[in-house]
Amino acid sequence: MTVTTALPTFDEAIAAFEPVMGMEVHVELGTATKMFCGCSTTFGAEPNSQVCPVCLGLPGSLPVVNRVAVESAIRIGLALNCSIAEWCRFARKNYFYPDMPKNFQVSQYDEPIAFDGWMDVTVDAETYRIGIERAHMEEDTGKSLHVGGATGRIHGASHSLLDYNRSGIPLIEIVTKPIEVPPAVAPAVARAYVTELRELIRALGVSEARMELGQLRCDANVSLRKAGDPYGTRTETKNVNSLRSVERAVTFEIRRQAAVLSDGGRIVQETRHWHEDTGETTSGRTKEEAEDYRYFPEPDLVPVAPSREWVDELRGTLPEPPAARRARLQAEWGFTDLEMRDVVNAGAVSLVSATVEAGAPAGGAKKWWLGEIARVANERGVALEDAGIAPADVARVEELIAAGALNDKLARQVVEGVLAGEGGPDVVVSARGLQLVNDDAALGTAVDEAIAAQPDVADKIRGGNLGAVGALIGAVMKATRGQADAKRARELILERLQP
Amino acid sequence: MPSISREEVAHLARLARLDLAPDELDHLAGQLDQILGAVAQVTEVAADDIPPTSHALPLTNVYRDDEPRPCLPAESVLAAAPAAEDGRFRVPQILGEEA
Repeated sequence: MTVTTALPTFDEAIAAFEPVMGMEVHVELGTATKMFCGCSTTFGAEPNSQVCPVCLGLPGSLPVVNRVAVESAIRIGLALNCSIAEWCRFARKNYFYPDMPKNFQVSQYDEPIAFDGWMDVTVDAETYRIGIERAHMEEDTGKSLHVGGATGRIHGASHSLLDYNRSGIPLIEIVTKPIEVPPAVAPAVARAYVTELRELIRALGVSEARMELGQLRCDANVSLRKAGDPYGTRTETKNVNSLRSVERAVTFEIRRQAAVLSDGGRIVQETRHWHEDTGETTSGRTKEEAEDYRYFPEPDLVPVAPSREWVDELRGTLPEPPAARRARLQAEWGFTDLEMRDVVNAGAVSLVSATVEAGAPAGGAKKWWLGEIARVANERGVALEDAGIAPADVARVEELIAAGALNDKLARQVVEGVLAGEGGPDVVVSARGLQLVNDDAALGTAVDEAIAAQPDVADKIRGGNLGAVGALIGAVMKATRGQADAKRARELILERLQP
Repeated sequence: MPSISREEVAHLARLARLDLAPDELDHLAGQLDQILGAVAQVTEVAADDIPPTSHALPLTNVYRDDEPRPCLPAESVLAAAPAAEDGRFRVPQILGEEA
């Protein structure tokens, strides 16, 4: 039972205990085909339309390893500063659950393809080195749909429905060594680790690593101990599928465990489930011991023994490390640390970069991606890149502003239109009639009317009070429904009143 | 000396979600013990200098290109299943675990 009412605050919890964390991240590779068969991996296909005898585990079928998946695994390992195994095998992980039709999942057990690496993450200008225990290859499971219970939950379900399209898609599981950092920053470090890993995976081009699509999934292990004590019993929180959730789930689990331990209780080693809506974890199954999975070497797949030449060749394909890239881009863009951090946290580094490459100033690019576009994406619950606007569109809007064809207000309407699917910026401008009014004829009429309507203000300006110009510009803007070029309007007003 | 205990069989049964009666446990423990005993005879002839063999073939690095191949039609896949619903395999209630 959770005793949420009695939970200590995070500060109280870390005053009494030190958290130790371990992160397990599953990355779904973006290969065209599955790990061990030629079935397509396209997302969103009709259920059970991307299956074959191999991924259905039909008798007599034999798996063959996808070369690109191994290549991706090695590149991820190298990017995480890991050693690459000279020889390793796949293993069967046996369990009784229908999400794998074979009744086992092909994984790697004590011979991961990559091991013993590290990655640096930065929180509040402090850098922490996260040890990487291993990165191994495995296959994804099918998707279960539980019928008859409340909201798709397994409890109370009358039966379950299985779609095996996802079963067999290549996964790389990346496991950290125990993470011991100053308690106060532990949840933020966990989040920074997943953020940095996502950037790295994207930079490698091995997966889009979209958390909302389950392409990057995170399990957070947390245990508490008194300072100087050995590690405490850990829990593994699953279903932590957004960056924000990583931080919240770790924070909650630290508080929950502190409450149990302070009460003289013991932590049960178990799987827990994160609930985004309530911000809590609840008890899942008691975790099986590794021996319960009866791992044994997969006899149907021959060992993987990457030659050193291949590994070196792949090392040569590694991209600029994300941290170095960010430092370079930050300097190029002239952003402060805080501005850059906002861009990174929003997952918008590549989008801003592409927008700048398309010709926009960095500040403008950042303003749109982190402002209007982020707001709309958030409302719709989609990623920034799926909001419906391309970096080139954003750059075009900035170009129109620079050319004096749009002001900020009109530009926002153009972006809104693009996001609403009305077409590209130029299409939206003409369809909505959003051209800035800066031709002197049209503007001049509005200016004359404004002066006529407010003779007292006009007199003040004639008398040298330039502060009063704003009132007339406001009237002009109103008359043109915000489409007037304010700068030109000011010039026209002054031409008339202070010749 | 039995190489598998009644308790171990009960543990395996629980993992497999099999509801075994006490007399079935005794029966299966005896049978499994015989099977394991037979397999264990191999270790009697295996010398220390022979490493455990996991693969019959002396091959490594057998890969295929990342090129899609045709899948099976969903209708025929589901036609082979004991039960199907909404284009998916239908399985009985899953107990005691979360998805």
